[in-house]
Amino acid sequence: MVALRELTTEERWAPGHRMCTGCGAAIGMRMAMKALRGPTIVVNATGCVEVTSTPFPYTAWRIPYAHIAFENAAAVASGIEGAFKAMERKGTWKGKVDVIAIAGDGGTFDIGIQALSGALERGHDFVYLCYDNEAYMNTGIQRSGATPKGASTTTSPAGKVIPGKPEWKKDLIGICVAHGIPYAATASVAYWNDYITKLRKAIEVDGPAVVHVLTPCPLGWRHDPSQTIRLARLAVQTCYFPLYEVVEGKYSLSIKVPKPLPVLEFLKEQGRFAHLLRPEFEKELAAIQEGVDKNWQRLLRLSGASE
Amino acid sequence: MGEVRGLTGDEAVAYAVKQCDVDVVSAYPITPQTIIVERFSEYVANGEVKTEFICVESEHSAMSACIGASLTGARTFTATCSQGLALMHEMLYIASSLRLPIVMAVANRALSAPLNIHGDHSDMMGSRDCGWVQIYAENVQEVYDWIIQAFRLAEDPELSMPVAVNLDGFTITHCMEGVEVLDDETVAKFLPPRKPLYTLDPSKPITVGAWATPEYYMDLKRQEAFALESAKGKLLEVTREYARFSGRKYGILESYGMEDAEAAVLCLGSTAGTVRAMAKELRAKGEKVGTVKLWLYRPFPMEELIEALRGVKALVVMDKACSFGAPYGPLCSDVLATFQRFGLRIPTMNAIYGLGGRDVRPMDLSFIFNEALKIAKTGEVSKPMIFLGVRE
Amino acid sequence: MSTPSLFERRFWKDLPPGGIIPEPGTSVRYRTGDWRTRRPVIDEQKCTNCLLCWIYCPDAAIEQTPKKVRVNYEYCKGCGICANECPVKAITMVMEAI
Repeated sequence: MVALRELTTEERWAPGHRMCTGCGAAIGMRMAMKALRGPTIVVNATGCVEVTSTPFPYTAWRIPYAHIAFENAAAVASGIEGAFKAMERKGTWKGKVDVIAIAGDGGTFDIGIQALSGALERGHDFVYLCYDNEAYMNTGIQRSGATPKGASTTTSPAGKVIPGKPEWKKDLIGICVAHGIPYAATASVAYWNDYITKLRKAIEVDGPAVVHVLTPCPLGWRHDPSQTIRLARLAVQTCYFPLYEVVEGKYSLSIKVPKPLPVLEFLKEQGRFAHLLRPEFEKELAAIQEGVDKNWQRLLRLSGASE
Repeated sequence: MGEVRGLTGDEAVAYAVKQCDVDVVSAYPITPQTIIVERFSEYVANGEVKTEFICVESEHSAMSACIGASLTGARTFTATCSQGLALMHEMLYIASSLRLPIVMAVANRALSAPLNIHGDHSDMMGSRDCGWVQIYAENVQEVYDWIIQAFRLAEDPELSMPVAVNLDGFTITHCMEGVEVLDDETVAKFLPPRKPLYTLDPSKPITVGAWATPEYYMDLKRQEAFALESAKGKLLEVTREYARFSGRKYGILESYGMEDAEAAVLCLGSTAGTVRAMAKELRAKGEKVGTVKLWLYRPFPMEELIEALRGVKALVVMDKACSFGAPYGPLCSDVLATFQRFGLRIPTMNAIYGLGGRDVRPMDLSFIFNEALKIAKTGEVSKPMIFLGVRE
Repeated sequence: MSTPSLFERRFWKDLPPGGIIPEPGTSVRYRTGDWRTRRPVIDEQKCTNCLLCWIYCPDAAIEQTPKKVRVNYEYCKGCGICANECPVKAITMVMEAI
C-alpha cells in the first residue's frame, strides 16, 4: 500500500485526451500510469482508450505506446517481450523493460480471449490490464461477455419482452487463473490504493499477471458524470464487483464487506438498469441479487474467509 | 562452388532463417509449411540459434507477435499459407503500413472450401493488395537465396517494408534438391544488423498506430504506395550485391528464348521450370517460343515486363489462382493493365491452372504453346480465359 | 529549410513514416477545458489538501502545488467527480457564464 503523497506527480497519461467527461477508464489509465516502476511499453487494443488518446497527431501517451488491432493486445505484447529477451540474449539490449497490454472488456473477454489465453499459457513476463466498462462502449454500447445480466445495451436492449441481457458476466479471473498464472486480481477505480498497489504487484511478478479493473462509463451506464467514483465504490460495497487477488492460485479478499448493501443500491443509480425497477421485472431483479450472493459466497469459500 | 546440401523447400527456408541471425520467429504450423517451424524448433532446442521462438496459438497472433517484435527493432520472421494467411489478412495490411521489415515465407496452398492442402497461389493472390513486397521462387535454390535477400531488402533503411517469399506448396516445400549454400560468415557479412526506421524505445517515447481522420489517412496511404514502388529499385541493388557474395544473379524477372519469340508464356513459381522445359523442346523443333518468369510480383514491374515482351505477337498468361467474378485471373489482370498503361496491344489468353495442386502435365503445356502459336499467326484470341485441364 | 512541426505537416512526404507520432504527450495542445458547462471552484479555507480530488481526476486537471491543490481550467471538463468525492465538501460546481 502507498500514500497519495508518495505517488509520482508525473503525468504519463497526459491531459487533452478526448475521453468523455467523467470517464472511468480515463481515471483507470491515469492511476495505472502511477504504478509503473521503470521503462515501460504499453500495448493497447482498439477501444475507448486507444481512440480517445491517439487521434493523429495528438497523443496522450508519454511512454512508448503501440496500438495494433482489436483482438491481439496480448499477442503483440508477447512479441515485444520475446524480442527484448532475444536482444538481451544477443547483447544488443540491456535493462528491463516492462510490457503492459491494456484492453477493454471487448478486447479481452470476447475477441481478445484467444490471444490472452495463448500469452498466459506461454508464460510471457507481462501485465494484462483489462479496463471493464461492461460493454463495447467505443462502438456504441453493444453488449459484451462482460455485460452483466439485466443490463440494457444497444444489442441487448430492454424491450417489452426481453429485459436486457439474459446471460451472466464471464468470470475473467477464473479463466486466467485456470492457466496457472502467478497473479490475478480485480480492482475498482474507487479504491485507488488497492488498484495501484495491485498493478505494481502485477508488474513486479515474474510471469504473466492480469488485473481486471472496473471503470464505470457515464454514457453507457447512463449516470451523471460526477457519480463515476461513487458507483465504482457501490459496486464493491454491494458485492456486485468484489475485490480480490489470486496469488499462485490462492484466493484472498482485498476489501472485506461484512454487511453487503443490496445490489439494488448500485443498479438504481444507472439508466441501463432502469427497466428492472418495473414491477413486471421483479423476478429479474431477484435473480440478479441471487447471482451476486452466490458469487460472493463462492469467493468467501475460495478465500477461506468466514461468512 | 560452395557447399551443396540436400534440402527440401521448407528445410531451405529454415536453414536460411537460421543463418540470418533472426531475433524472433513467431509462427503457427499449417501444411505444407510445417517443416519450416519444426526444423527451426530443432535449431532452437539444440541451442544452434539465439532466436526467441514464440509458438503462438494462431496465425493471426503470429503476425501480431511479429509486429510487436519488429517494433522493438528486432529482426523477425514467420511462415504460413492458405487458411493461415487468410486468417492473418488484417495484420498484413498493418505490418506494411507500419513499415515493419518482417520476412514471411508463404508455402502457397489452396484456400478452402473444399479443404485442400496442395499448392496454388490463391492464398497470396487473395492478399496481394496488402502492401507487402511479393517474390515468387521457382525452386529450392531460389527459395534459399531469396530468403536471405528478403531480409536485406526489407531492412533497407529507406525502404523498411515487409517481404513475402512465395514457394509452391509440396512442389517446392517437400521436394529435395541439391542446394548450394553460403557459409555462415558470408551471410553475416551480407546481412548487417538491422537499423530500424523507428523503435519503441523507453528513452524516446513514440506512439505507434494512432487513428487517422480522413484528413491524414489518405496521405499516409500515398506515402505507403510510394514506399512500395521504391522496393523495385532497392531489389535490384540487393540482387546486385548478392551476386557478388554468392555468384548467383537474380533480378526482377527471368526470360528464356525471348530474343526472337513470337509466342510467349508468362507465369510465376515452380511451373516456370516445366514451361521452360516445354519451350526448349519446341525451340529445338524451330518454333519461335519463349517464356517469362516474374520473380517480383509486387510492386508489379511494368517497365521490365514491357521490355521482356518486346516483339511478341501472342501471350498466354498462366494464373495459379482464380479471381472469381473478375474478367481475368490476378496475374493476367496486372499484365493487361500494364499493356493499357503503355499503349501496347498483345493478344493475350489467360489460362487458370493448377488449382488445388492439379498437376500440370507436358501435354497441357504443349496445348498452351500451340494456342499461343495459333494466336501469333491469326492475331485472334478465340478463348480469352480457359481453365486448363478441367474436365468440361 | 526547417522541418515543419508535426502539426504543420500537410503534405504526404512530410508525414512521419508509418503514421507514428514521434513526440510524446502532444494531446496537451488540445484544450479540453472548452468542453465544460460547469467549473469546480475550490474553497482553500475548507481544503485539507488530502489529494483525493487530484487522484480521481480523469484529466489530470487538478494539480498539486506547494500549498494546496488547484484546478487547471485549460483541461477540466467539468465532470464534477472532484466535488462529489471531496471529503470536506470544499469544491462547488459553478455554471459557466454564457
